[in-house]
Amino acid sequence: MAATSRDVGLPTWVFAPAAAGAVFIVLPLAAILTRVEWTDFFGLITSESSIDALQLSLRTSSISTALCVLFGVPMAMVLARTRFRGQQLMRSLVLLPLVLPPVVGGIALLYTFGRRGLLGHTFEVLGIQVAFSTTAVVLAQTFVALPFLVVSLEGALRTAGGRYEAVASTLGARPTTVFRRVTLPLVLPGLASGAVLAFARALGEFGATITFAGSLQGVTRTLPLEIYLQRESDADAAVALSLLLVVVAILVIGLARVRGTT
Amino acid sequence: MAVALLATGTACGSDGQGSSGSEEAKTLTVYAAASLTSSFEKIGKRFEADHDGVQVKFSFGGSSDLVAQLQQGAPADVFASADTKNMDKATADDLVEGDPVDFATNTLEIAVPPDNPAGVASLDDLAKPDTKTVMCAAEVPCGAAAQDVEKAAGIDIEPVSEEQSVTDVLNKVTTGEADAGLVYVTDVQAAGDKVRGIEFPESSSAVNTYPIGALAGSENKELAREFVGLVTGDAGQQILADAGFAKP
Repeated sequence: MAATSRDVGLPTWVFAPAAAGAVFIVLPLAAILTRVEWTDFFGLITSESSIDALQLSLRTSSISTALCVLFGVPMAMVLARTRFRGQQLMRSLVLLPLVLPPVVGGIALLYTFGRRGLLGHTFEVLGIQVAFSTTAVVLAQTFVALPFLVVSLEGALRTAGGRYEAVASTLGARPTTVFRRVTLPLVLPGLASGAVLAFARALGEFGATITFAGSLQGVTRTLPLEIYLQRESDADAAVALSLLLVVVAILVIGLARVRGTT
Repeated sequence: MAVALLATGTACGSDGQGSSGSEEAKTLTVYAAASLTSSFEKIGKRFEADHDGVQVKFSFGGSSDLVAQLQQGAPADVFASADTKNMDKATADDLVEGDPVDFATNTLEIAVPPDNPAGVASLDDLAKPDTKTVMCAAEVPCGAAAQDVEKAAGIDIEPVSEEQSVTDVLNKVTTGEADAGLVYVTDVQAAGDKVRGIEFPESSSAVNTYPIGALAGSENKELAREFVGLVTGDAGQQILADAGFAKP
């Protein structure tokens, strides 16, 4: 990446808008800090409901990310390495949750997996209860996070190109071996950043969850839902939990950075 | 500046109401609890019909959100709250002109899907383990009311979800996700045949009173008072009664 040996330099006019943009993003985060009641902070974030919400958020986001990798990697490979009729349309449809308001996603999921949805009856026969369960939270998070993984991994696959794979193949490697020994190592950084994006998106998921899964402590009330609820009665708690979510998000991104560079 | 804003606001009004032109165009801004939406829109139409050149604009929302906006200086002429607690916050900050008037009450009712899959017939049925009951979280007014009702009935309902608002509860019932929900009488009425309402005697232990008041910061105090008069008068009371509200 840092291969350019000679510093070309940027036009000076880019710095002012770049700085303004950075301030625009950082200032609201700083504003949260100014509103935190530090004396009660630890009491607020270690209350039973807060801990439950944080644990639930971390657990469901981890499962959702795993599901995103499980389904997203093959999806990205099909989109990046094959040609078929209607591929463009397929890509647009698969990426739709990126641009869809989450509440729309929640309504769509409700009419798919809800008790009276398309698959609701099948699930009931199988004895799987999706409504108001943690499963519903994971479904909602996976729905909104999956495109993030697909889009960033597909980009990585296209950038990497198919040359090494072709060479490995002519040397007699089977497709699975090519995937395991060549493709995967090549796009691992792309996969990692895609997974981090998916995790972050799942962690922040709100609209689809509240529409589809409901809100119950320890079962479906994730950290964003807890923050929204606390806002009604205890603004200090809402601010404290917001800061907690920001810190968790920063840790996730930072962790991915460290992993990515080593 | 406010006058200029109001004038443009009226000029931009898209619905093709006959412009009277005789009086100077005025806009009356009413902040009202979300549960009043359909009734107040009807009352607003009536008010506009009675007052040439006056346009009524509404901001509907959760009462606590509305009070917070008023406290931050949002320009409004009338405030109608879904509970006395939030109106008390407004009066404590001297936002209200004179004393607020109670104009309606609302009580809880059980809402079930039209086919009533769990066979709910009374409040006790909501506490049965295989009834999927949804109610508001204790942090919001409808949840506090639900808790009062539980206490009065001496039962402990374990809901499958504690929702953020009464609309969310109703939605879980209309979509058939939940077997039953605790909502307000007016919500059942508004939902038409999408849900069935089941009254229960314990609802009398949690009666929500709706107060209304003209605001001290209003630039149209006379009109604001007249609007309050319409809501508390016969015509307004009839519209509210049709929506399921009871008299205070």
